[in-house]
Amino acid sequence: MKKTVFVGALAVAGLSAGIAAADTLADVQARGKLNCGVATGVPGFAYTDANGDWQGFDVAVCRAVAAAVLSDPTAVEFVPTTGKTRFTALASGEIDMLARNTTWTFSRDVDLKFDFIGINYYDGQGFMVSKELGVSSAKELDGATVCIQTGTTTELNLADFFRINNLSYEPVPIETNAEAQQQYLAGACDVYTTDASGLAATRASFEDAANHVILPEIISKEPLGPLVRHGDNEWGDVVRWTLNALIAAEELGVTSANVAELASAAGNNPEINRLLGTEGTLGEMLGLDADWAVKALSVSGNYGEVFEKNIGETTPIGLARGLNAQWTSGGLLYSPPFR
Amino acid sequence: MTDIKFVRDAMVEEQEPPAATAGFVGWIRGNLFSSTLNAILTILSGGFILFVISALLPWIISPTWNAGSLRECHEILAGHEGACWGVIRERWLQLLFGFYPSELYWRVVLDFVLLIVAVAPVLFTGLPRKMLAFSAIYPFLMPWLLWGGTVWLPIAVAFGFVLGFLAHRFAKPIIGGLGGAILAFLVPVVWWLFLAGPVSGGLASVLPLALETVESRNFGGFMLSITIGVVAIAISLPIGIVLALGRQSDLLIVRSLSVGFIEFIRGVPLITLLFVASTLLNIFMPPGTDFDIIMRVIIMVTLFASAYMAEVIRGGLAALPKGQYEAADALGLNFWMSQRLIIMPQALKISIPGIVSTFIGVFKDTTLVSIIGLLDPIGLSTTIRADQNWNGIVWELYGFIGLLFFIFCFSMSRYSMFLERKLQTGHR
Repeated sequence: MKKTVFVGALAVAGLSAGIAAADTLADVQARGKLNCGVATGVPGFAYTDANGDWQGFDVAVCRAVAAAVLSDPTAVEFVPTTGKTRFTALASGEIDMLARNTTWTFSRDVDLKFDFIGINYYDGQGFMVSKELGVSSAKELDGATVCIQTGTTTELNLADFFRINNLSYEPVPIETNAEAQQQYLAGACDVYTTDASGLAATRASFEDAANHVILPEIISKEPLGPLVRHGDNEWGDVVRWTLNALIAAEELGVTSANVAELASAAGNNPEINRLLGTEGTLGEMLGLDADWAVKALSVSGNYGEVFEKNIGETTPIGLARGLNAQWTSGGLLYSPPFR
Repeated sequence: MTDIKFVRDAMVEEQEPPAATAGFVGWIRGNLFSSTLNAILTILSGGFILFVISALLPWIISPTWNAGSLRECHEILAGHEGACWGVIRERWLQLLFGFYPSELYWRVVLDFVLLIVAVAPVLFTGLPRKMLAFSAIYPFLMPWLLWGGTVWLPIAVAFGFVLGFLAHRFAKPIIGGLGGAILAFLVPVVWWLFLAGPVSGGLASVLPLALETVESRNFGGFMLSITIGVVAIAISLPIGIVLALGRQSDLLIVRSLSVGFIEFIRGVPLITLLFVASTLLNIFMPPGTDFDIIMRVIIMVTLFASAYMAEVIRGGLAALPKGQYEAADALGLNFWMSQRLIIMPQALKISIPGIVSTFIGVFKDTTLVSIIGLLDPIGLSTTIRADQNWNGIVWELYGFIGLLFFIFCFSMSRYSMFLERKLQTGHR
């Protein structure tokens, strides 16, 4: 009897939490700060610079949303989350959104009751080997020793891949990326496998980067994207369309350099006009100012600019656009129309 | 008379001891080469130390202090092995202070300097007793300096203790000892829960004396470790004493509460308590409550340390001969007087090594907070490595963090040895 009362009290507490947190947009505006969950450190995606400011590809999403909602890209409280704390932090309302290279999976979306609002990076698991090994395809890796982070989806993907191709391997379990780099360089394993973006960042840190290759096979789908709680669709829309605005701006040729000029008066491209608020009432529909997208784009430009600045080919990480190119250039980025 | 061949009429001068048994050579012979086996062991371990140093020194002495990234380090070293110290030059302030605003670093430094001032009179009985007044003020000064905000809040909190004391003083003659004790507990709690906030708010609007507020999220690095460690250590000792006494009490409820608390907390790993602090509390608390994450962690670490402290002190109490208790009773002392004058001074003295090792353990355990996403030195090392400039650096960061931890822990343990010598009264 006592137990049911206790459970009931918990349920009521949980329910009231859900109801009270249902208007995140108003909460954020009243607070004047966006609580954004980020990773504690993923090269190129989230890190702190020497001044203690957060930088990176995921961080840029937080800043764009803060600019759109609060007109201030610095009005963000970055909450570092680990793989273990990220989902409870979001579910409990400690953070308003999570932008922490999190793979969109069925169970996270449905069972954990989150809404993935889009995909900001299409990743996939790859392999890195030393050139001395003379391997050009992952299918030649029979009998190799593989450094693999335990307790991750990559571990399961690896087992699947080798089983399907009828190959054998010897796993070397490791805990963190830093440990993996040391083990791989020390020759404890022939192959290091993790997300391709992580491999590129790791390779870039090697003294002899040219002696290591990333094999062409990508053995899993890892669509990474920001997410929000279930049940607050207005807030979900704000985050979703802020990300879409960054993507659409690249397609439409709106950059941080020309956004102010394009937004000063209505031009002859109606979609740009609607995006930048010089025509139509899209901002009002979201509950934001008419120039919300202008503010979001003024922070660090459109999707392509953010990509180039943080993880693109000019950076040490040097990722090619690949799947993350616009659909017009053979990639998968495809923003629904602003209409 | 002429039979006498020789009479010494002058004292022989004191001679230097043989060269082989005195000075440097004597010390070496006595301590390092006193037997064949010792000589072999000395040579072997000397060779090992030389080997380690010769491998480490060229790595440590490396001209990379001014490098701006790992790549620059590689260029400077041009293929030679060597550490990349540029990361320490660029990030040492971050490792010490986290994201605390740099123009406010003085507050943190001042806080920890004052900590030493406040602790000194407690530890060194030779200092003037008036300094203890500052030690009493310090617990309220410290959070104000670290977090900032209005000065009236810590004053209001301190006033709660005054209220409790007054309630005890004036209610005791009227409603008796037990009622007085209950009032002394209830009055401050009511004050803190319902009145301290509005009163300090009101005073602040009349006379706004305030420091710039710093959010807990900006705490990080060693400052975070020391804050959590010092607060937990300071509060866990009194709680531990109370729990240890409670566990020995004849009152059933007090005893079972103490035993239940100690056994429950000791039966749960610290990391579990931290997860409760970071995730579970969040879900169960009423929505909208913004209960500071660092506060939650400090409370959990304090509870954890208190349970261990209680058992250490219980060990000290158990080591006292029964005669000491009986002597105190025979002198007609009441419970608290006998504890204060006779039992506790001896029990605490016996427990010093255990207490200090609990302190050191708690301080080092604070690194576990990196698992729940707080950026203590270990957590910061991850974000620093995520900066592409420093990706791939491992030993330099961990070495620096390890060195600082060693300095703190080593000085604590030396201090405990000093205390033991000072308090030695010759029972053994």
